[in-house]
Amino acid sequence: MTNSPVISAKKLSLTFPANDGPVHALSEVDLDINEGEFVSFIGPSGCGKTTFLRVVADLETPTGGEITVNGKTPHEARMNRDYGYVFQAPALLPWRTVERNVALPLEIMGMGKAERAEHIRRTLELVNLSGFEKSFPWQLSGGMQQRASIARALAFDADLLLMDEPFGALDEIVRDHLNEQLLKLWLETKKTIAFVTHSIPEAVYLSTRIVVMSPRPGRVIDVIESTLPDERPLDIRETKEFFDIAHRVREGLKAGHSYEE
Amino acid sequence: MFERMMNSKLMQGKALPVLIIVGAILAFWYVMAVQLNAPWQLGVYERAGVTEWTNSQFISDTLNQDRPVLPSVHQVAAEIWNTTVLKSPTSRRSLIYHTWITLSATLLGFTIGSILGIALAIGIVHSRAMDKSMMPWIIASQTIPILAIAPMIIVVLNAIGISGVLPKALISTYLSFFPVAVGMVKGFRSPEQIQLDLMHTYAASKTQVFMKLRWFAAMPYLFTSMKIAISISLVGAIVGELPTGAVAGLGARLLSGSYYGQTVQIWSALIMAAALAATLVSLVGIAEKIVTRKMGVRT
Repeated sequence: MTNSPVISAKKLSLTFPANDGPVHALSEVDLDINEGEFVSFIGPSGCGKTTFLRVVADLETPTGGEITVNGKTPHEARMNRDYGYVFQAPALLPWRTVERNVALPLEIMGMGKAERAEHIRRTLELVNLSGFEKSFPWQLSGGMQQRASIARALAFDADLLLMDEPFGALDEIVRDHLNEQLLKLWLETKKTIAFVTHSIPEAVYLSTRIVVMSPRPGRVIDVIESTLPDERPLDIRETKEFFDIAHRVREGLKAGHSYEE
Repeated sequence: MFERMMNSKLMQGKALPVLIIVGAILAFWYVMAVQLNAPWQLGVYERAGVTEWTNSQFISDTLNQDRPVLPSVHQVAAEIWNTTVLKSPTSRRSLIYHTWITLSATLLGFTIGSILGIALAIGIVHSRAMDKSMMPWIIASQTIPILAIAPMIIVVLNAIGISGVLPKALISTYLSFFPVAVGMVKGFRSPEQIQLDLMHTYAASKTQVFMKLRWFAAMPYLFTSMKIAISISLVGAIVGELPTGAVAGLGARLLSGSYYGQTVQIWSALIMAAALAATLVSLVGIAEKIVTRKMGVRT
């Protein structure tokens, strides 16, 4: 089981038609993501990092190449509820309380009430939102809202978590805190996480592997294996090892840009 | 004392501005009543050979004619008092009786119209074919003057044996389904793309997307369009009462009032209709408040 990748992309391409010529959002992307990995996608806007995630989630249809999720097509994987997706914005339903927002996927999947309550309790505990079950989204801070949306993605026990710049709209302090919590959550749950970001420190701090991408056409420039240990206190970001990896990411991003011009 | 009044609720709340506007309207009404009724009053004096009168007597006379061009406020108030409080509600001379006749048609028409409007919107949002084929007809239906189509509805339905409250209610329906249909199409399409994507990742069915997302997202649109719908339902019911030959209802009071030059009766029916519309719209507003509070909207 550990040998077959969770996500496997071969020569994956996606071209959007546009008035001023086609946009090559993804161009021949080859990438395998294995079970238990934390893979970050980093690159400037338009490099296809979000598009890649949306293809995995069956929110976009590729125009070329192959992709499997848990050995299935993205459509089958979606129908099987194989993944949880966290969007850039929390996208909580404003008329539902936190617990009922977390219950939403469970209701759709037809889970019984008692079982739902158990899942809600457990996932809210996981994201440190116990005690806020009855709060409405507008009563929570931005960081708490995003945590609630992570709880919602975790609630149905999918082994794969797709996260599209989940902390992009939050301030530095909240972001640090949530990064630490996310790492802890990943260690506890052993989930496979694909994480899109445009922050180099965030990518280096969180990932076991960093995929550096470049725009027009969207493609993979470099894949960096992290040498950092799994247990990472926040101050690991002051070490030389951390800076070395960050440096390599930055070099990759630079290379991508010079290629373009 | 004055200071206390300035600081009271009267000044801080909405009461004072409302009172000022009401006062201004009443004053304007009296001024217009004197002016519009003056020519008739002068004629009365001439025929009676009265050559001298005081201003106050003249004003008092213009405001208390039997069939004034514009009845004064207190005449209308007295008429409403006499035909509501002093009459049994089951009497055909009671304004309450006529109001109830109109109200029942209004409510029936509004209910059918709202359900029809919502049903059409559901179809339009879910089917491209319906969107393309129905929308032009729905819009075209509202370009036909209701005054032209109301008698035909009454006559046609009478011919197939349907009479009573239903034909009038159907005229209300004809008017009221439109704002509900248009508003709810907009409302059912109001969820953001990110929310629809979210439902997509859960592999939610169309029905689930509707029941858990579209329906709730459309609530603000529902109440806004129902406020319009209920007030035009009342208009529809009143218009529907005109071609029936003034049997009963506020429309009948308006029509018989104009037959016999009973302007006081016309105006009291008008005021009653306006008060009824205001009450109905505010009832929808109260329902909206209850629902939005339940939906946890920030207050």
